[in-house]
Amino acid sequence: MRPLTEDETKTMFEKLSKYIGENIKLLVDRPDGTYCFRLHNDRVYYISEKILKLATNISRDKLVSVGTCFGKFTKTQKFRLHITALDFLAPYAKFKVWVKPGAEQSFVYGNHVLKAGLGRITENTAQYQGVVVYSMADVPLGFGVAAKSTQECRRVDPISIVVFHQADIGEYIRSEDTLT
Amino acid sequence: MGRKLDPTNKVKRGPGRKSRKQKGAETELAKFLVDEDTEPKRLSSRARKRAAKRTLPPVQAKDKAEKEPPQKGFTDENSEWLKPVKRKRPADESDGEDDSDSQWEQEEDEEEENTGAGLKTEEADGGKEKDGDDDDGSDDDEEMVDDYGAMDDADGEELLPIERAARKQKKLDAAMEQDSDEDEDEEEEDEEAESGSEHADEEDTVQANIDEMDRFKLPDSEEREKEGVLPLDLQSIHQRIKDNVDVLSNFASKREEGKERTEYLSLLKKDLSMYYSYNTFLIEKLLDIFPVSELIDFLEANEIHRPVTIRTNTLKTRRRDLAQALINRGVNLDPLGKWSKVGLVIFDSSVPIGATPEYLAGQYMLQGASSLLPVMALSPQEGESVLDMSSAPGGKTTYMAQLMRNTGVIVANDASAERLKSVVGNIHRLGVTNTVICNYDGRQFPKVMGGFDRVLLDAPCSGTGVISKDPAVKTSKDETDIQRSAHLQKELILSAIDSLNAESATGGYLVYCTCSIMVEENEWVVDYALKKRNVKLVPTGLDFGKEGFTRFKERRFHPSLRLSRRFYPHSHNMDGFFVAKLKKFSNTVPTTSAGEPAEEENVPAETETPAPSKGSAKNPGSKVKTKKPLKVKADMAKKKVATNGTVAKNLPKKPTDVLKKKGIKDGRKKPKLAKEGTEMAKEVKVEEKKEEGSRFEKKMGKKKRKNLMNKNNRMGKNKFKKFKKMLSKEEVA
Repeated sequence: MRPLTEDETKTMFEKLSKYIGENIKLLVDRPDGTYCFRLHNDRVYYISEKILKLATNISRDKLVSVGTCFGKFTKTQKFRLHITALDFLAPYAKFKVWVKPGAEQSFVYGNHVLKAGLGRITENTAQYQGVVVYSMADVPLGFGVAAKSTQECRRVDPISIVVFHQADIGEYIRSEDTLT
Repeated sequence: MGRKLDPTNKVKRGPGRKSRKQKGAETELAKFLVDEDTEPKRLSSRARKRAAKRTLPPVQAKDKAEKEPPQKGFTDENSEWLKPVKRKRPADESDGEDDSDSQWEQEEDEEEENTGAGLKTEEADGGKEKDGDDDDGSDDDEEMVDDYGAMDDADGEELLPIERAARKQKKLDAAMEQDSDEDEDEEEEDEEAESGSEHADEEDTVQANIDEMDRFKLPDSEEREKEGVLPLDLQSIHQRIKDNVDVLSNFASKREEGKERTEYLSLLKKDLSMYYSYNTFLIEKLLDIFPVSELIDFLEANEIHRPVTIRTNTLKTRRRDLAQALINRGVNLDPLGKWSKVGLVIFDSSVPIGATPEYLAGQYMLQGASSLLPVMALSPQEGESVLDMSSAPGGKTTYMAQLMRNTGVIVANDASAERLKSVVGNIHRLGVTNTVICNYDGRQFPKVMGGFDRVLLDAPCSGTGVISKDPAVKTSKDETDIQRSAHLQKELILSAIDSLNAESATGGYLVYCTCSIMVEENEWVVDYALKKRNVKLVPTGLDFGKEGFTRFKERRFHPSLRLSRRFYPHSHNMDGFFVAKLKKFSNTVPTTSAGEPAEEENVPAETETPAPSKGSAKNPGSKVKTKKPLKVKADMAKKKVATNGTVAKNLPKKPTDVLKKKGIKDGRKKPKLAKEGTEMAKEVKVEEKKEEGSRFEKKMGKKKRKNLMNKNNRMGKNKFKKFKKMLSKEEVA
C-alpha cells in the first residue's frame, strides 16, 4: 500500500472530475477527519486516516481491501472506476439520468440506456459527459457517459442509445470476483 | 356472396361443439345419479355384507380377520405403489388413528340412517358390531375407491359383496405377497404371538387391537436380522419410532416385561438413523443432547427449510421504506420478531429476492435470523475498534458496521481468500466504509494486531445446527471431525481473547458463537477459555433461547455457562446456534498462566503470546507482587520437571485437577490457582509452540508493543527479565 504518484493522482482525478466536477474537493477535505487515497494491488482505496494507520499493521499480501475501493489502474496506466465508487459519486454527481422502472432492469443487467427508457435527464448535459444513473425512486443504479446531449435526446428515435453503460450495481452479483 | 354464409342458419343446424360435450357429461352424471338413487332400494351393500357375514361361521370370520389387514388398500393393480397412507400402518395405531377410524364409523352410521334400512338392530349391538365395522370400514373404502372403475364392469354388480371381496383378495394375494410379508407380518405376528387366541372371535380382535395401541413390542433379534436383508418401508419405521418414543417417555408403565431400556434405545437409534438418514454417530450425539421426544422434533425441523430472512441496511434505508418497496415488487413479508428492529421474514416472492434492484443497491442483506443474534449480543458501540475473526460472507460484519454507523474500525478477517471476495462485495454493496479486510489465520491474529474493544468469533464448526441448509452434515461428520473443530475452536478462542483489550473503557467483550449444537464445540470450548484466560461470562442480552449446559454427561462446566444461549431449529425456528458473551477483566493474568511457567521452567526466549508480555511490561510492579507467593511452588514444579523429564509431566496432573476445581469454587478470583491449574497444559503447549512460536513471536511481539502500548513507563524486555531473574534468585536464597 502506498500513496499515489503525481501521475496517478492526475489520471484518477481527471476521471473523477468527469462525474463530480469540482466536488472532488469535498472528497479530500472532509469535516469528519482526513481521508486519503492509497494504492494497493493496482487498486485505489479511499480511506480515513485513522483506519489507514491500523491497516499498516497488516502485511501487504494479507491485506485484501481497506475502506472503499474506487477503481483500478489498468496495465496501460489508465484509471477505471468501479461500481464500488458509486456511493461517493452519486451524492456529488453534477449530471444525472433517471431511467424508467421498465428500463431499470435492462440497465442493471449491463445494457445501455435507450431513449425509450429515459425518464429524466439533467438540463444541458453535454455529449460524452459522465453521468450517474438513477432509478425513478432516486436509487443510484450505476454510471455511464451521455451519448447525446440533452437537446439531441429530445429529438432522437426511441431505440437509440442515450447513455453508454459503464458500471452498474448488477456487477455486485455478475462480477463479484473481479470487483476489487 | 356474403349472404350465402348466413351465420344464423348455421347455428341452427345442430348443437355446437360445446353442447355436444356437455351432453356427454350429462349422461355420465345421470349414471351416477341413478346409481345413488337405486342404492337404497337394493339394500345397501354394507347391509348385504353384514347380513352375509352373520351367516358365515365364526371360523371363516376369523380367517378373514387375519387375512384382511394386509390387503387393505386400493384393489386394482396399482395397489403395489398406490397405498392409502393411513391403511398402511400396522394395527397398533396411535390415538390419532383411532380418531380416523371412528370417523369412518360415524360416516357409516350416518349413511345407514340415511338409507333407512332396518339396520337399527345391528347398531344396537354396539361394541360387538364395531369390530365388524372395522373390517367393513376397509371394504367400504375399497368400494368407494372403485366407484369409477369397478362399477363400470358390470359383472361386479352381479356378485355378492363377499364374493367380490374374495375375488379381490385372490388378485391381491398374487400381487402383494411380498409386501404383506414384509410390512405387516412382522408386526402382526408379534402381536398374534402375544395375544394368542385373541382372534377367536371378532369382538376380541378389536379389544386386543385397542389394547395394543399403547403397547409397543420390541422386535426380537431375529426379526431385526431379517430387516437387514429386507428393509422395512419408511412408513412403518416411522410408526415404530413413534411407538418407541411413546414407550420411552413413560417407560415404567409401557415397557415390555424383561426388556431393557437400552434395547429400546438401540432400536430407536437404528430406526432414526434409517428414517432420517443420519449416521449413527450423529444420532447418538444428538440423543445425548436432547430428550427423545425433543430429538424427533429436532430431526423433523431439520427436514424443512427455515424461512428466508433479510436484514435492513440502516445505513441506506429504513425498514418501513424497504418493506414498502419490496411489497410493491410482489414480495410477501413480515417483521421478523419483537427482538429485531431490522429483520424481515420473506414468505413468498414473485421476484428473486437476491437480485432485486433494492438488493443490488445495498438496502438489505439476505441473512439468517440466527446470525443476527451474535451481533446483537456483541452490541458494538460507535467509535470502537472491533474484530470479526471469521467474517465471510460479511453478513455479521455489515450488521456491526450499521450498528456502529460506519464509525470506528472493523477488522474483518477470514482464513479463506476465496470466501473473502464475498465479504468485499457485500461490504461495498452495503456502503460500509470503516472496514479493513484481511486474510490471516485467526490463530495468528494477536500477533498481527491486538487491543480491540470487541471481538466476534464465529468459529468454524461442524455445522450440526444448519442441517436443513446442508444435509451432507447428516452423514459426513464423525468423532474426529468434531474433535478437530473443537480443537481449532479452542485455539481460536484463546487468540480472540488475546486480541481483546480488557482495559477498554467501553468494551473488552468477546462473543463466541457457532452454528453447531454440539457441547464439545460450545460449552466445552468456553469452559476451556474460562480456565485458560481471565475472562468471565456475562449475560448475552438476548432474552430468549435456551440456557447453555452446565453439566453434560460426565462433564461439569462452570456454572456461569448458564448465561450462554442455545437456539434450536425446532423451538425457535432459526438455525441451531450457540452464543456466549465473555468479558475479559484483566490483561495481566494470562501472564501468570501462560508466560511464567514458560520462562521459569524452560528457557524460551519469549513468552507465549504478546498479550502477556504487554501486561507485564505495563505494570511490572503488580505482577511481581502476585508472583512472589507462588515462587516456591513454581520452583518445586520446575525441579520435578528437571529431574525426570517425561514423568514429571504426568505427575502434577492430579493436583492440577484439584486446583482447577478449587478455582471454580473460588470464582477463579485467584490467578495463582488458575496458574497452577493451567501450568500442566501449558507445559505441553509451550513445547509445541516453541518451534514455531519463538521464531516469529519476537518480531510480532515487538511490532505489537509498538502499536498498542505506547506508554512510557514500560520496561524493556531484557531489563525486565534480568530483574525477574534477580528476584527469583533472592527468593530461592
